[in-house]
Amino acid sequence: MRDVVALVLVTVAFLTLPLVIGQAEHKVMAHMQGRLGPMYAGGFHGWAQLIADGVKFAQKEDTVPARADRRVFLLAPGVALVPYLVVLAVVPVGPGQVAVDLSLGLFFALAVMGIGVIGSIMAGWASANKYSLLGGMRVAAQLVSYELPMVLAAASFAMAAGTLSLSGIVEEWRWYWLFWQAGAAAVFFVAGLAELRRPPFDMPVADSEVIFGPYTEYGGLRFAFFLLAEYAGILVLCSLTTVLYLGGWKGPFLPDVVWTLIKIFALAFVVIWVRVSFPRMREDQLQRLAWVWLVPISLAQLALTGVVKVVLA
Amino acid sequence: MSGRRAGLGLAKGLAVTLRTMMKRSVTRQYPDVSPDLAPRSRGVIALFEENCTVCMLCARECPDWCIYIDSHKETLPAEGSARPRARNTLDRFAIDYALCMYCGICVEVCPFDALFWSPEFEYAAYDIAELTHERERLREWMWTVPPPPAHEPNADPPKELR
Repeated sequence: MRDVVALVLVTVAFLTLPLVIGQAEHKVMAHMQGRLGPMYAGGFHGWAQLIADGVKFAQKEDTVPARADRRVFLLAPGVALVPYLVVLAVVPVGPGQVAVDLSLGLFFALAVMGIGVIGSIMAGWASANKYSLLGGMRVAAQLVSYELPMVLAAASFAMAAGTLSLSGIVEEWRWYWLFWQAGAAAVFFVAGLAELRRPPFDMPVADSEVIFGPYTEYGGLRFAFFLLAEYAGILVLCSLTTVLYLGGWKGPFLPDVVWTLIKIFALAFVVIWVRVSFPRMREDQLQRLAWVWLVPISLAQLALTGVVKVVLA
Repeated sequence: MSGRRAGLGLAKGLAVTLRTMMKRSVTRQYPDVSPDLAPRSRGVIALFEENCTVCMLCARECPDWCIYIDSHKETLPAEGSARPRARNTLDRFAIDYALCMYCGICVEVCPFDALFWSPEFEYAAYDIAELTHERERLREWMWTVPPPPAHEPNADPPKELR
């Protein structure tokens, strides 16, 4: 019974929190650019904008290109979206408050998050369109480059905590991680952004070069799924960063869940902030950042974590 | 070295966007709040038809040929004169705003002050044919023309008054 309630709660969070992040993106982005953002839908400051968008997407025609690999094409949005729901199930929001408490939680989360990227590669391949294919290949290249530093950075947290369980990592978290693990945190967050293809790492969907990359042929609800997957991905990345590096639910005065949400939304704000502030990176700059900066930093962090653990032991 | 500079640039970029976010947006909420336009803004061309003598200068100078004028001659008996007086009477004056490029040459060229710039700008239509506006509409816009700017305090008095 408890499991069912927990899974329902996770599903509700999965369906609402990405919308909140999306709405925040509308407003924060607008104000950072000296605009107002959508103001009309639903009354107060256009709160219903994303719901209206959803209704609009649902009304649109669902087309599949004649030469497309039909089954893969139809499956791709689901493959992009569902993994993030699965990851949310293993993210703890309080002591013992997790839908599925896996002892290999971190390993599981990283493995499943990687599947989301496959959805975009599938979309790029199945669309039978050279721009989509080019976008899909860029997604693949990005996945190859950024998965490694992300996993290495996560390994550093796991080593510091001495466990792969996400709840266990939060239990072991101490305030001095903020300094000691800062390198790993930066690498994890940046690599996560790249994996979500968020600006400035949105090379695959560069609309001025490859139209919209892997999503060019998608319309209506399937396109909405890809958009939702992006926001769900932000939610998952921010909650994982919170759990690994910011001490999850730990904090004074307020209830556990509230602290988790505060930290998640603060990080989501950073994600939006970074998007507004920086221009898109070139393909070679993107690869250079991964291999020349992120991988060495995460390896150095791993070495530092190991040395400190041995010295303290 | 270049890495440190790049980091500084990134931080500056973040600072700029954060500062902009803290400021109030100055966007006008246009459909709710009407904009206060400058008196000389060019919205639409208005016609004061009492001043029009059907000289056709505007229609002839118009680069887009978007002004349509029809007229007929009326004769009035004039006392103490051998011939009756002839006068042009306007039948139609229309401007096709689908063609108009708002150059204002017609306003410049009108010798009798019959054409004016009005700041009115909300006249969108669903059909391109509806953008040809007849004299009644052009006359309505006349009442939105702002008064001309006052003379400079130390300028010569207008020639008509001398």
